[in-house]
Amino acid sequence: MESSGPEPEHLPDSENGGNGHFPSPTLWPLGFAIGIVVLLVGLIIDPRLISSVGAVIAAVCGFMWIREATAEMRAETVEVEPERQSPPAEGAVVPLAAAEPAPAAAPEEEERFPRSRLLEGTTIGLGALIGGVVTIPVAGFAVLPSFLGQKKVKVDLGPISTYPQGEWYIATFLTDPLEGEVSRRTAFIRYNGVFQNEPSFTIISNRCAHLGCPVQANGPTGAILGKPTVHERTANGPLSLVPVVPAGFGCPCHGGQYDTEGNRTAGPPVRALDRWAFSIVNGRLILVGLFSVAKVVGTGAQAQIYKDKLAGPGQHVDGPEQWFYPLQPPHY
Amino acid sequence: MYPLDWLEERSGLVGGVKHFLFRNVPADINWMQTLGSAALTAFIVQAITGVILAMYYHPTPTDAYPSIVNITDHLTMGWLVRGMHKWGASVFIILMFLHMGRVFLFGAYKYPRELNWIVGVLILVTGMMEGFTGYLLPWDQTAYWASVVGINLNGTAPFLGPWLAQFLRSGQEIGADTLTRFYSLHMLVLPGGIIALIGLHLYLVVRLGVTSPPWSPEAAGQERVDEEPHPLRPGLTRPVPHGIAAAQAEPGGSE
Repeated sequence: MESSGPEPEHLPDSENGGNGHFPSPTLWPLGFAIGIVVLLVGLIIDPRLISSVGAVIAAVCGFMWIREATAEMRAETVEVEPERQSPPAEGAVVPLAAAEPAPAAAPEEEERFPRSRLLEGTTIGLGALIGGVVTIPVAGFAVLPSFLGQKKVKVDLGPISTYPQGEWYIATFLTDPLEGEVSRRTAFIRYNGVFQNEPSFTIISNRCAHLGCPVQANGPTGAILGKPTVHERTANGPLSLVPVVPAGFGCPCHGGQYDTEGNRTAGPPVRALDRWAFSIVNGRLILVGLFSVAKVVGTGAQAQIYKDKLAGPGQHVDGPEQWFYPLQPPHY
Repeated sequence: MYPLDWLEERSGLVGGVKHFLFRNVPADINWMQTLGSAALTAFIVQAITGVILAMYYHPTPTDAYPSIVNITDHLTMGWLVRGMHKWGASVFIILMFLHMGRVFLFGAYKYPRELNWIVGVLILVTGMMEGFTGYLLPWDQTAYWASVVGINLNGTAPFLGPWLAQFLRSGQEIGADTLTRFYSLHMLVLPGGIIALIGLHLYLVVRLGVTSPPWSPEAAGQERVDEEPHPLRPGLTRPVPHGIAAAQAEPGGSE
C-alpha cells in the first residue's frame, strides 16, 4: 500500500471474491435509451440531422454497454464498484449504526450508491425526459406562432386618382381578405399633392394611441357634405371611402383627442396616432405596414414626422418612458 | 349499508368523505364562515353551466355572435343557462371578495393559515382571468373593444408587456386565433388551474381546521390549558401563553 491516507474505496471486496456478483451499476443503458429517443424524435423533426445524432449516441452507448457487460467473458479485470463502503479509517467519525449492536449480516453503513438509488434516479430521469419531450413542443406551439411567421400586410387602396388633393377620406378595408371581416381596419387618408416629384399622402391609423379604441373623425361626413361615398373593389376586396372634413380626431373610449396630423391635443394618449407606410405601384396606393409616431411638426407634405418602430397602444416611443419598452415582438 | 361497506373496504372513500364533511368546528362558528362554501357553489354553477354552453357555442369570428343569439333567443332554456353563467360570474367574484373580507376581519389568514390565504389570492386572480377571457366570447362590439383595451393594458406593462399582449392576441392583431385562444383558456386551461387550486384550498381547510370568530372566548390569544399536541397534527399546538398553563408545563421552573 503506497498511499498513506485513508484506505482507498476500490479495494476488491474479499467477501465478493469467491461468489458470483451482479454487474456493477452502469449508466450506459440510460445513454442508449436517450439515443433511441433522440433517434425517434428526429424521425419526426429532422431525420437527417437529429436522427443521426441519436443513432450515434445509441451506437456508442450500446457498444460501451455491451463491452462492459461482456468484460468478464473476455477475461478482463472487472473493476467492481463496491456495494458498500469499506469501514472508516481509525479516528474517523463513527456512524451511529456502528455504535449499536447490528445483526451480523446487515450492512453496517449507508451504501454509497445502492441499486435502489440508481433505479430511482433512472426512473425520475426518464420521467423528466419523457415529460420534456412532450412538454417542450407543446409549449412551443402554444407560444411561438404568436411571434414567428407574422404575415406582411399589403393593402390595395385603388388608383391615386381617386383621392383629390387636400381632401380627407375615411377608408375602411380588409387587411387580409382570407381572414375576412375580422381584419377590417380604418384609416384617415389625405392626398397632399406632389412633393419632390413623389405623390405625398397622409395616412393615419384610427387605432388610438391610448389603448387601441377606434378613433373617430371630429367633423361632418359624406351625407352632410353632400358628397357620395366611394365604393371600390380591389385586390383586398371591398374598399369604402367616406368623405370627411375633420377638425381633428377623437376617441370614444377615454376621450383622447388629436389634431389633423394625429398629434395628441388632449386626454390620455401617450403619443401621436400611428401612420401607414405606403408605396405607389402602377399608379395605385398600396399600404405596406404601420409605424408609430412620437409627434408631427408642420402639416401635409412638408410635415416632419418623428417616426419610430410600431409600438402597441399606450407604449411611449419618446422620452425616458420609452426605455420601458426596449424590445418589441416581431410584427409587420 | 352493504354497498357502502363494500366501497369503503376497497377504497376508504366513505371514511374520506365523512372526514371531509363531518369535521369538528368551533361551537361559536358564524354564518359569515359559510361565504367560502357559497363561493364554491357559485364556481360549481359556473362549471356546469359553462360545460352546457360549450355544447352550443361556436368559437369562430363569423359564428360566435350568431350562436350566442341562438342560445339566448331560440334554444329552450338557453336564456336561463346563459344568464346563470353571465350573472353567476359576477356572483362568484363578489362572493370571493366577501369571503376574503371575512377571512381578513376574522384574522383567519394568520399562522398557520398564511399559505391558504396565498392559495385563495391565486384562486381570485385565476377567477378574474376567467372573467377577462370569457368577456370576449360573445364577440359583440362591447366584447371586442373591451378585449382590445384589456389586451393593450397588458401591453403597457414594462419590458414584457408587448410580448404578453401579442401572446394573448395570438399575433399582431385580434382575429380568429384570438377568439379560439381565449375560448381554450377560458374553458380548459384556467378551469383546470382553478380546480387544482380549490382542491389545495379545501385540503388546507380540512387539515388546519376552521378558526373561531374574534369574539370567541376560545379565540387565539386567550389563555388555554391546551398544551397537548393534537393527536394527528403534533406540529400545530399554539405556543401556550404565560400564566397557569406555563406554570403547569414547567412545575419546577416558574419564575
